[in-house]
Amino acid sequence: MTIWQHYHLAKSIEDALQALAAAQGPARVIAGGTDLLLDLEQGRHSPVDTLVDVSAIPEMAELEQRADELFIGAAVPLRRVVQSELVGRHAAALQEAAGLIGGPQVRNTATLGGNVGHALPAADGAIALLALGAEAEIASLSGRRRAPMQALYSGPGRSALSHKEEILVGFYLPLRAEGEGSAFRRVMRPQGVAIAILNMGVWVQRRQETIQAARIAIGPAGPIPFRARAAEQLLAGRPYETALLPRVVEAILGEARFRTSPHRSSADYRRHMCGVLLEDTLNAAWERAALQHEMSR
Amino acid sequence: MNFTVNGKQVTIEALPGEMLSDLLRERLRLTGTKIGCNEAECGACTVLVDGEPVLSCTYPSAKAEGKSILTIEGLAKVSGDALHPLQQAFIEHGAVQCGYCIPGQIMTAYALLQHNPEPDSQEIRRALKDTLCRCAGYPTIERAILDAAQVARRGGRLRGPQVAEAGGSEKVVGKLRPRPDAVEKVTGAAMFTDDLHFPGMLHARVKRAGVPHAIVKRIDTSRARALPGVAAVLTAADIPGEHYHGLVIYDWPSLVGVGERVRYVGDAVAIVAAETRQIATQALELIEVDYELQPVVSNAVQALSPEAPQLHERGNLLKHIKVRKGDVQQGFEQSEIILEHTFHTPSTDHAFLEPECCIARPLLEASGAEKMRMEIYVGSQIPYADREQVARALGWPVERVRVIGQLMGGGFGGKEDIAGQVHAALLANATGRPVKLLFDRHESLVVHPKRHATQIRVKMGARRDGRLVAVETELFGDTGAYASLGEKVLTRATTHSSGPYEMPHAKADCYAMYTNNPPAGAFRGFGVTQSAFAIESMMDMLAHELNLDPVELRRRNALRVGSITNTGQELRESVGLMECIERVDAEMRRLAGGDPFAPRPAPGNPHKVRAWGFAAAYKNTGLGGGAPDKAGAEVELFANGELEVRTSSAELGQGLVTVLQLIVAEEMNVPPSQVRVLVMDTDLTPDGGPTTASRQTFVTGNAARHAAQALREAIATTLAEKYDLPPQQIRFVEGLAQVNGHSIPLGQVVQLMQAEGRQPRAAYEYWAPKTNPLGQGGDMHFAFSFAVQAAEVEVDRRSGEVRVLRVIAANDVGKAINPLGLQGQVEGGVMMGLGNALTEHFIVEEGRIFTDRLARYRIPSITQTPEIISFVVQHPVAAGPYGAKGVGEIVSIPTTPAITNAIYHATGVRIDRLPVDQEQIATALKSGVAGQVGGD
Ligand SMILES: Cc1cc2nc3c(=O)[nH]c(=O)nc-3n(C[C@H](O)[C@H](O)[C@H](O)COP(=O)(O)OP(=O)(O)OC[C@H]3O[C@@H](n4cnc5c(N)ncnc54)[C@H](O)[C@@H]3O)c2cc1C
Ligand code: FES
Ligand code: FES
Repeated sequence: MTIWQHYHLAKSIEDALQALAAAQGPARVIAGGTDLLLDLEQGRHSPVDTLVDVSAIPEMAELEQRADELFIGAAVPLRRVVQSELVGRHAAALQEAAGLIGGPQVRNTATLGGNVGHALPAADGAIALLALGAEAEIASLSGRRRAPMQALYSGPGRSALSHKEEILVGFYLPLRAEGEGSAFRRVMRPQGVAIAILNMGVWVQRRQETIQAARIAIGPAGPIPFRARAAEQLLAGRPYETALLPRVVEAILGEARFRTSPHRSSADYRRHMCGVLLEDTLNAAWERAALQHEMSR
Repeated sequence: MNFTVNGKQVTIEALPGEMLSDLLRERLRLTGTKIGCNEAECGACTVLVDGEPVLSCTYPSAKAEGKSILTIEGLAKVSGDALHPLQQAFIEHGAVQCGYCIPGQIMTAYALLQHNPEPDSQEIRRALKDTLCRCAGYPTIERAILDAAQVARRGGRLRGPQVAEAGGSEKVVGKLRPRPDAVEKVTGAAMFTDDLHFPGMLHARVKRAGVPHAIVKRIDTSRARALPGVAAVLTAADIPGEHYHGLVIYDWPSLVGVGERVRYVGDAVAIVAAETRQIATQALELIEVDYELQPVVSNAVQALSPEAPQLHERGNLLKHIKVRKGDVQQGFEQSEIILEHTFHTPSTDHAFLEPECCIARPLLEASGAEKMRMEIYVGSQIPYADREQVARALGWPVERVRVIGQLMGGGFGGKEDIAGQVHAALLANATGRPVKLLFDRHESLVVHPKRHATQIRVKMGARRDGRLVAVETELFGDTGAYASLGEKVLTRATTHSSGPYEMPHAKADCYAMYTNNPPAGAFRGFGVTQSAFAIESMMDMLAHELNLDPVELRRRNALRVGSITNTGQELRESVGLMECIERVDAEMRRLAGGDPFAPRPAPGNPHKVRAWGFAAAYKNTGLGGGAPDKAGAEVELFANGELEVRTSSAELGQGLVTVLQLIVAEEMNVPPSQVRVLVMDTDLTPDGGPTTASRQTFVTGNAARHAAQALREAIATTLAEKYDLPPQQIRFVEGLAQVNGHSIPLGQVVQLMQAEGRQPRAAYEYWAPKTNPLGQGGDMHFAFSFAVQAAEVEVDRRSGEVRVLRVIAANDVGKAINPLGLQGQVEGGVMMGLGNALTEHFIVEEGRIFTDRLARYRIPSITQTPEIISFVVQHPVAAGPYGAKGVGEIVSIPTTPAITNAIYHATGVRIDRLPVDQEQIATALKSGVAGQVGGD
């Protein structure tokens, strides 16, 4: 069936916002379309009349350092995120996550805006962004605003953005400072859909052998991408040692809501893998935090 | 909008809902870009947009504005009109099998080389991660790319394949020979059915029941008929001929009519032909059907219970299959150890990369008679069976139907049954116009017959020294809604259920059951895949109990010349099993350096363990069981010196065309390039019988060989008469006939023959050696192939994740007529067995299909490909052409149990249910219930 009537290749954010507002029937933003088109074709998404393509908007395709932040346009194809030296330096977790999404063909069109816009609680890009303390820039006809990652969600597969009025412009990530490091890991299953059974992004700030601060993001561990705040607090200010891990896992299990998904994973397996991923991801982030790196100011 | 395609400027308006692949294929008729899934999973549709590979099936055409697009058709152009080194390397290395994925593979690889002219294996695998090949010659694809890359960098020639020739005295048989259709397959010129287009062609779609068990109460097609653009809507009431089709038993309704029974979700209730596919799809939604739902029979064990609803008039039991040898009761009494265990295997899908497509084209006969003929364009494994089933449905004599077989993008047994052939013919008959019926991936997954899900209980009795005394098996096979080849498949599962071993007492009972699941039929391995998993797991369990080396246990029981099988057949020749065991065992021990079956920590990772596993198998060649097994072939000589060999046997990517070409070239002593091969046309080619049971090399190969010999004799006779010499003095050398020192080009003989009223062609109908039905003893099969594999796995003890690192395979194929093709079969077979073990699970719940998209039904990708080390073992069978026997299935059968046995050796977790569930492994290891953790 015809899954759209009008396809608008927007030239600018303004143009895209106006096209959304002016559309007669239901309208949607499309970037790579690697989620949206399949959802439409397979009847998982309500029908649309107009698709507004943001992938050719120059501002949304920028990837650069802006003052003391890293800006990644919402329409930058994941291939560029993976290949970017800036991302590698400041956001290793994101680079790892983006490199695991799809294959090369998918990464040539898929975007971070779409990964977040699709609003799955275990989207790999979103989990990494959350761990890295990213903020999103949102444009509407009334102007621009910034929002923390978790404010972009209202439930599983439901974005908090207003579909006909708002567009994700891009993401701002704090630059990596001395003693900081991040990592991303996930566990997959060889059968069935290629979405992580469990994934995890970890960011740590380290001073010698002590964790000063940490951010832990996990999916799927609730209706929206999950931050393990109790565990983060437990880690903060403590020397890093393996003996600490069981208590951290316990703290995560106390807060997270792991569920059983038929033909994918039991809640028990997710709980079990949570400990495994924590050890691996935290270790990797910790190691990176120790590495000398060239400061980019 | 404006963009360029392969360097040419194009100005065209994008259509609503149109993807780039639609635009390229339908409007620009660049059909080299293939559609395997239409859901961004398979990579077949890969094209380059501004130099980067994208999936054109999910790339809106409107996005092409201002872009530069490169498709497979343009690749030769960018390489100065010669073939690109990648294309050349794919041909020479034998990376091309069915060819359907090849344009996507080459375009993806081309993009890689543009960015990275010197990729290593890891980088190639990363780049091709989501570009799937179901023929799965992944290692060869990788080697072809490495070879092409060095030529692209440095120029010069390809290094070519590192495949051993078969040896022996033949001139071309057993030598490396690229496929005759390889060039067209790497340039995108190869036409598969969906690439064909006829003027005035309509597009058909099928209304599927969508409920697993119901009685149809009412069908109303009036709204669909009224939709503009709809040419015909047909229901059961409109079928002029027979309502049922089938391969052995006609139990499958072409359309389920009012008052009749729906037996699975894929049953057809109405068919539509319309001007476009969109309109046909829209019409489906306007067809109203009322169902009275019935309780669902969801597995074979339930189906046998007396309370189960009965699905067919004859009940739910399709067949009770029995094997009896000796007296198992007595055998168990004599045994010193008895083991018993039950195994489960799921249904799986062939997932050939080319979904089913068929075009029916009505023709008025040239004589002007009213009698219409029907041409069926389809990639089918049994063209003559299609012809018969289509003719039945039309109520026509078979002569009025012509099946014109098309290139097939894989079959693996899944293109033996009717898919859309009958429906397309009915619609073409009703409208008088050509009708194309294309399945999308979703429909393909829902409709066509699968691998049988089984439950297999094995009871095994042995002596302390490991000699088997008695094996008893009980199998339940789920043949789904319709018989298809279910009885044959499950017979094979049953007769092979005690493995390639000799024992005095054997008993097997199999219940082939109808259920409300999708039908199950032929699938590479033909039932033996399932029973081999059970018996080879048991053999390992026995070895463990007896504290015997698993290889030694198999050696002590292996079939050899002189053995009597469980069906009472004496094996008089060609039993290469022991040699397969020795070859694999030696290589495994060489690689493992110590005990291959002891778990070893993976280097650099304390959480991962490695170990080897071992398995053996055998598989019949040919139909056997008393079925007449014959094939016809015809060889013709043309005035230009070329020869053509013709048979209806099917080429599905497995390489039969190369085999036939080599055989005829050998017999006529001409270069292979002088032999053309025509297959799969019921008007032009003699009946080659079904392409199943690994029989084509043997049966059709023999037919071609004899036909060629007959032609050679006819030529010799003609020349002998002309030159007045005894025919024995005529020699055939390199395309020339040598007579008394003169050389006459073969082509010139054509005139001579015609002048004498002789036809320059010969036909031969080959009948394979007679076989006996099961239960009568004697030869149930005229040949068996044997195989042994060892697999090395690495298991993550925390997550339970399994990776296969290396597979050693030895296959006794009698004679490797086509070593390059054999290599593809071995690699593809191992990968299919690996998928069967680790990734593939066709899930049906209460008759409803969960895995109805490729995204949910995963097949192995290049990233999961182990190193594959192949040994070819050749124990010739006297009646086979040059000694050859079947190849296609045996290569795949031992892989799964070799992997699961390796998992056991690595972790102590016994897998008795497929596919391997990493969660089960992790849970067992965590709770410490695994038997043998840490080694024994
Ligand atoms: C084969 C395959 C494998 C995949 N593997 C993974 C995986 O491993 N991990 C994973 O996380 N995902 C995976 N995905 C899913 C998908 O590719 C990613 O989520 C991708 O990042 C989506 O980006 P997109 O640009 O294609 O989104 P689109 O499909 O274009 O959009 C997705 C949603 O976001 C909205 N949207 C997009 N851009 C914006 C914007 N700028 N502002 C507001 N709303 C916007 C759209 O309206 C839509 O609702 C896979 C998909 C495929 C086909
Ligand atoms: S990915 Fe496009 S057809 Fe499969
Ligand atoms: S050659 Fe790749 S799918 Fe057949």
